[in-house]
Amino acid sequence: MATHINRREFLRLAGLGGVIFASGLGYSADAATSKGNKLEEFYWVQLSDSHWGFEGPPVNPDAKGTLKKAVEEVNGLSHQPDFVVFTGDLTHTTDDPVERRKRMTEFRDIVAGLNVKTVKFMPGEHDASLDRGKAYREFFGEANYTFEHKGIHFIVLDNVSDPAAMIGEAQLEWLKADLAKLDKNARIVVFTHRPLFDLYPQWDWATRDGAKAVELLMPFANVTVFYGHIHQEHHHMTGHIAHHAAKSLIFPLPAPGSMPKRQPIPWNSAEPYKGLGFRSVEAAAESVSKYEITEYLVKRA
Amino acid sequence: MKQHKLGIRGIASALTIALLIGAASLVLAKSKDQGERVVSIKIKRFEYIPKEVTLKKGVPVVLELKSMDVPHGFNLPDLGVRADVLPGQTARVHIVPKQTGRFVFHCDIFCGAGHEDLEGAIVVKE
Repeated sequence: MATHINRREFLRLAGLGGVIFASGLGYSADAATSKGNKLEEFYWVQLSDSHWGFEGPPVNPDAKGTLKKAVEEVNGLSHQPDFVVFTGDLTHTTDDPVERRKRMTEFRDIVAGLNVKTVKFMPGEHDASLDRGKAYREFFGEANYTFEHKGIHFIVLDNVSDPAAMIGEAQLEWLKADLAKLDKNARIVVFTHRPLFDLYPQWDWATRDGAKAVELLMPFANVTVFYGHIHQEHHHMTGHIAHHAAKSLIFPLPAPGSMPKRQPIPWNSAEPYKGLGFRSVEAAAESVSKYEITEYLVKRA
Repeated sequence: MKQHKLGIRGIASALTIALLIGAASLVLAKSKDQGERVVSIKIKRFEYIPKEVTLKKGVPVVLELKSMDVPHGFNLPDLGVRADVLPGQTARVHIVPKQTGRFVFHCDIFCGAGHEDLEGAIVVKE
């Protein structure tokens, strides 16, 4: 007799599951999905801020190895995710357009090693702000788009191609038109790079017109935002909308306002890779607003 | 004729008022020039020059901001002040510091690999 163990049960038995986080305020499980489909349990993996091309031994002596380790660890997950998403700063910025493309080529080659072949990308300011996303689009396509997956309407917002960290009126109009097609109870997930709310403006941890996007999303009952940029796990609510920041794959940054400056946290040889990692996000079948987030740390080889 | 006399009186009164307003404007302009200290801050990748500016609580100041290379931002969230600083232009922001303390400003227009290090501070003293 075959015994089926689902992924959640596996995580429990394996002693994994760093964070189990119920997102949103628990709206009714029988709410409609964006296309009126039955809810399905599945999960994706979020990786962020790999800054490929960065060099700085005091903060990460394994800058050329950390992303590769993360790819291996995702490949090693016993149940493979439906897709992988990178929430920006794939590469570290450079003034040289040739070097920028070289870094993007190398990054793309490394993530091609993922066993999961559905991989979603979006830019961070390091990828896109110096050339308004030109090189990024050559390699990874549009910087803002939507897709559907198993009853969830995913929206990718670009808040970095404008170097002033703005979504911009044109994209806000695009978002408004997209949302107009959805039921108010639709299950919506937003991926973006920078926080859409004023997390800590003193460290530029904000999107200048992010409040306009949040305002457009606010009438929808089941919205969750996943982002990067701040190189650490962080959870915040704007009304009923949950915002979850992910760890980096290059160096961690201090908690908002905890230090005089937003300097990278130095490498600790006693605890290598501390603060670096990725996460899985499981969309629960029993509730349109529930996501189970499991944090994984990058391990030494 | 009476109307004419009144008209002359009216014109005289108007001229007097205008002179008084003009004088008042000159006084105001003078006091503004004397009261608002001007502080120049130059910005280049990846440095504010000077990096720290000391101000006196309650004393109005004009910050004159100039970029020496690419577009930069000047964002001082604690005092609710921000400006785009574009090459070839001078951006001016007025500040009346009401609290003592150290308030960090930073560039909020991405300008390159050292963008995250481009910051400075206003120090307000009694």
